[in-house]
This record gives sequence, structure tokens and C-alpha cells, in this order.
Amino acid sequence: MSARVSTNAPEPAQAMISAKRRIDWLPLLLAPLLMLIAYPLIGSSSTWITLTVAGLAMGMIIFIIASGLTLIFGLMDVFTFANGIFIALGAFVAVSVLGALPQWTGADSLGLNLAALGVAVLAAMLAAGLAGLVFERLLIRRVYGQHLKQILITMGGMVVGEELIKMVWGTQQMELPLPATLSGSLVWGDVAIEKYRLLALLVGLSVFVCVIVVLNRTKVGLLIRAGVQDREMVESLGYRIQRLFIGVFAVGSALAGLGGVMWGLYQQNVTPQMGAQVNVLIFMVIIMGGLGSTSGSFLGAILIGLVANYTGFLMPKVALFSNILLMVAILLWRPQGLYSISSR
Amino acid sequence: MISILSGDLPRSRILGTMLIAIVLGLALAPFLFPGAKALNVAAKILIFIVLVASYDLLLGYTGIVSFAHTMFFGIGAYGVAIACVSLGSNWSSILIGTGAAVVLSALLSLLIGMFSLRVRAIFFSMITLAVAFSFQTLASQLSDLTGGEDGLNFSVPDVLSPSYQLFEQPVFDVSVDGKIITYYLVFFITIILFLCMLRIVNSSFGRVLQAIRENAFRAEAIGYNTVIFRTAASVLSAIFATLAGVLLALWLRYNSADTSLSIEIMINILLIVVIGGMGTLYGAICGATMFILAQSYLEDLMAHSASATQNIPLLSTLLSPDRWLLWLGVLFILSVYFLPTGVVGKLRSIKR
Repeated sequence: MSARVSTNAPEPAQAMISAKRRIDWLPLLLAPLLMLIAYPLIGSSSTWITLTVAGLAMGMIIFIIASGLTLIFGLMDVFTFANGIFIALGAFVAVSVLGALPQWTGADSLGLNLAALGVAVLAAMLAAGLAGLVFERLLIRRVYGQHLKQILITMGGMVVGEELIKMVWGTQQMELPLPATLSGSLVWGDVAIEKYRLLALLVGLSVFVCVIVVLNRTKVGLLIRAGVQDREMVESLGYRIQRLFIGVFAVGSALAGLGGVMWGLYQQNVTPQMGAQVNVLIFMVIIMGGLGSTSGSFLGAILIGLVANYTGFLMPKVALFSNILLMVAILLWRPQGLYSISSR
Repeated sequence: MISILSGDLPRSRILGTMLIAIVLGLALAPFLFPGAKALNVAAKILIFIVLVASYDLLLGYTGIVSFAHTMFFGIGAYGVAIACVSLGSNWSSILIGTGAAVVLSALLSLLIGMFSLRVRAIFFSMITLAVAFSFQTLASQLSDLTGGEDGLNFSVPDVLSPSYQLFEQPVFDVSVDGKIITYYLVFFITIILFLCMLRIVNSSFGRVLQAIRENAFRAEAIGYNTVIFRTAASVLSAIFATLAGVLLALWLRYNSADTSLSIEIMINILLIVVIGGMGTLYGAICGATMFILAQSYLEDLMAHSASATQNIPLLSTLLSPDRWLLWLGVLFILSVYFLPTGVVGKLRSIKR
């Protein structure tokens, strides 16, 4: 994991070296610090464990949803507000797929349940990825580099997408129940942990590791990062950067679709408006993390999840505004977000 | 005439005719189009002209995208509503409510601007979205003050209430009641506010805003502090939006989170600005008129065409009246591509 340090070093080469050596540790300490502060306030350790796991799981789910947008923001420099439709699309596809497999989801076997979930996730990601591809070709392709137009076009796309979803699945809220063996919670002594939250933790962590590894350790990742730095240079070396970026957009949309499934299962229901609602949360995560930084949004999402759960227990009235308070606090500390990509 | 319009003429014969037609239509609306629905539509057009023009100050003239505009709209509406409920329905409580709302909006927009405009424009967009969302939650939570989800019903001074009759006899077959007096109050305040904004964008301050929109770096290099100008623009636009909210509350004699704070209104504002034409206040007049008319009557039209195409499966779903927003969204996207300067820009270019 390479942290980006925003130093104003005069020599670029020197800055690169120092960035490599110095990992910015301070933001990493925030989450453990928060847990430590919360412990004496909550008092009972079993409640604390339950809340912490719940917070981490919620953070992971938020991260999955935000990861797609982080890629699109950070790598393509595209400001899209339309991510919400891919989230909602993914969730609705999952509703349809799981609804078509009642024997698998109802069966009392973890394997079949997970298989059903896997099929649903796959279908959701495929649908969202394809929709993203179409979206990029139809709308975004013409407005690369024009930020104001990107915001406007994607807002329009969001409106149209939401209406199309309403056309296919109707305007009503739909149930998205968890498969049989994944609902309920595990109990050790006083500690109760919902099984789905463990699954969410697992999925979130693996998405994070995958994104980081692909970006930092593979040739494709190298090309993408190079393309962000200097598009023309990469093109002149003979790589078709446009295809790469289309791919990034499709993957970003597919991740949003995955996030939609996870969020839908977490809330146990989906609505056509869920995309717009989740969008606000994602934006907060991305602002907090620093635009385009995957590690930053990972940390931001975890902080949001933890703070939401702790304040929900300690001060329920404040919990509704915990997100924005957290965001303000972090921006007062680092106006560019936790990790800012300093190149732009 | 030219100095009233601050030297900023429509600069297109078709546009000029259109504007005159719209203004005349709105001025005579109670007599030309009798009926409660028509008057409601006309008043809504007036209120949206102020709201959209104030948003254009930000989006069109300064080039920043804010999503908190409905927040200020809502503050204005709630200001009057809360003042009228708690201080009684007289003119002084309306003034106090308006004053408090304007001060609150100005402070809030100053805070958001100072906080987020230092960084990048996209930061401002996302932060305003987050703040607006939180404000909406806050408004629905503070139910003692705001009436929560139910909203606030309040009564206005007698002159403005529907039961008041100005004349004994009806004028041109229309009895001039408090509702019509309110309409004309809204009408004249709209005209004054619009001319104020026209004055602002055509002042040297307005020129600096446009310079920032075109090239912020160069504007900074010439010696203008862009943060201060951007923040000032956002405060001004917030104040005008608040006043639009006041008009809305006075007209409806009711306010709730859905009528003034919802994100749908924000999207509508965005659609109107772009369709009408960014960077020209006349776009607000054309856009608001077309949009509100479409919103109010397109659903009827679509219900008609949906029943006409009942036998064609896909087409009737597409034309169902619930889907009018779909077509508006498509229209919006098309107009961003093909009419980047909106209806007004298109009309102006036809002439040459």
C-alpha cells in the first residue's frame, strides 16, 4: 500500500523518494484511536465488541460501494453523480436472481446459500458493468476533461437511469432477505455478531486487497496510473489508453453493483431511490479519504461505520449527523482529505 | 428601459418577443387564465424564476455547482412559516422571519464557502450535497419547530388571505380576493429581485465572476482573490434563494421539507438552468416558464397519449404519465450536448 504524501518538496525526484520511504501513518491511527476512546464510554466490553464489529462491517459495505467511484474519480478524473444508478441496478438484479432461486436461498446449507449469493453478485456485477459500459460510451465519452458538463450530464443520466429502473422493477420498495443460513447471529457468551456482518467484512477486505494489488503490482495497474499522470506519453508508447479507461469505468460500475447487493442485503430492502441516498454517503467517504485515494476512502468508510455505530448507541439523536460532523472534523484537520493525490 | 435592465438586453428579436409575452402573460394571469390551477402554475413560475436566476448566479456566472440551493430556499420558507406560527400572522412577523432567514442563510453559505471553496470546485459540490442532506434530516427531526414530516400550516395577514375581498364588484368577471393580491405581491417582488440580480451580474463584480468562470487562474493572476469572489457569489445567491423561499411560503401558506427542501427541487433547478441557458438570467425566465408548464401539463398530455397507445406494449409504458421525468432527463442530456448555451443562447445565435 503506497500512501501518497503531499509534500511541497522542490525536487520532484526527491519528493518521489521521500514518498516511498515515508508512509503517512497518522490517518491509520484514527480508527484504533476511535475504538479506544469509545471503550470507556460504552463501558461493557461485550457491547463494545458487538458495536465495533458492526461498525467495521458497515464501513466495509460503504467502502465497497465507494470503491467504484473512487476509481472513476481518481483514475479517470471523471466527476460522476450517476454511480447511484449502478448501485440500485445491482441491488435490483440481485433481488430478481435471488427471487428466482428459492430452493437455493431457502435451503439449510451454507454452500447452496453462498452459491445463490454468488450467482446474484455475479449477475449484478455483470449488469452494472455492462450498464456502465453503455453509459460511458453514450454519455461520458463526449465530456472527458470538462468537469462542469460531466456533473450535469451524469445528473441527467441519474434521473433517466432511475426512471428506467422504475420502469422495469416498479416504484415500490422490494424485500431482499438474507439466505437462510446467513441470517441470525453467532453468540459467544454476551457477544452477539450477525453472520452477515462477518461476510461483509470478508468481502470488503478482499475487494480492498484486490484493488490495491491490481493498481500497484500489475502491469494494467501500472498503465492506469501512468495514464493518469500523463495520458499522451502512455499513448505514444503504443497503448490504447481509451480502452483502458473504458475498462476502469466498467469495473468501477461493477463494483458499485456489488456494493448495491451488499447494501441491499444489509438494509434487507431495495428502492429505486436507494442510489441517490447512498450517493451522499459515498461522497462523504470520498471527500474524507481524499479524492481518488483508495486507501483514503477505505479508512474514511471504516471511520463512518464506527462513528455511526458508536454514536447510535451513545447518543442516538446525534447519530443522524455523525457523518457530517466527522467529515467536518477531518476536513478541518486535512482540508484535502486523509490522503490526497497531489498530482491534480 | 435600458438602464432598468442594466444594459443587458435580450439581444434577439425572438427572445425579446418571448420574454415580453411571458411577462405580460404572468402580469395578467389572474384575468387571462382564471382558475386555481392556472394561478398556482403562474405563481410557481414566478417563484422559480427568482430561485433559478439566483442559482444561475452561481452555476452560470461563477461556474460552481452547488447542491445546497434548496437548503436556502427551505430556510426562507421555514423562516416565514415559523415566524407566522409563533409570533402571529402580521406583517412584522413576516419581516422578522424573512430577516432571520436571510441572516442564517448568509452565515451558513459564508461558512460553507470559506470552508470548501478554498479547495476544488468538486469539493464544494459534494460538501453542499452532504450539508443539504443533513439539513433535510435536521428539519424533519426538529418537529417541534418545523412540524416534522407534516409541515407547518400558518395564516397570513388578512389582506393576503383568500377570504379578503378588495372590491365589492368583480373586475373583468374575476373577484379580486386575497389570493390575487398575494399573486401580485409575488409578481412585483419577483420583478424587483430579478432586476437586482441583473444589476449584480452586469456590475464590475459580475464581470469578475465571469472571469473566474472562464479562467480562475488568470483572474487570480490579475489580482482578484477568487476565494473571496466565489464566496461572495455563493452568499448572494443564497440570499436570493432565501427570498424565493419566503415568496413560496407566503403563496402556499404552508411549508414542509417536501415542498421546499427536497432533492427533487434541486434537480429541477439544475434542469431549468441548463435548459434555459447558463450564464444568462433571461434563461431563468424562459426555462422556468417552459419547465413548470411542462411539469404541470405534460403529465396530462402523457396520460392522454398513453391511453391512445394502450395497445402497443413498450410505448405505453414509456408514455405513462409517471415517466415524465424520464423524458425530461433525456431532454436535459440532449440540451447539455446540443444546446450548451440553452434556449436563450440558441435564440441569440439564430439572429446573426
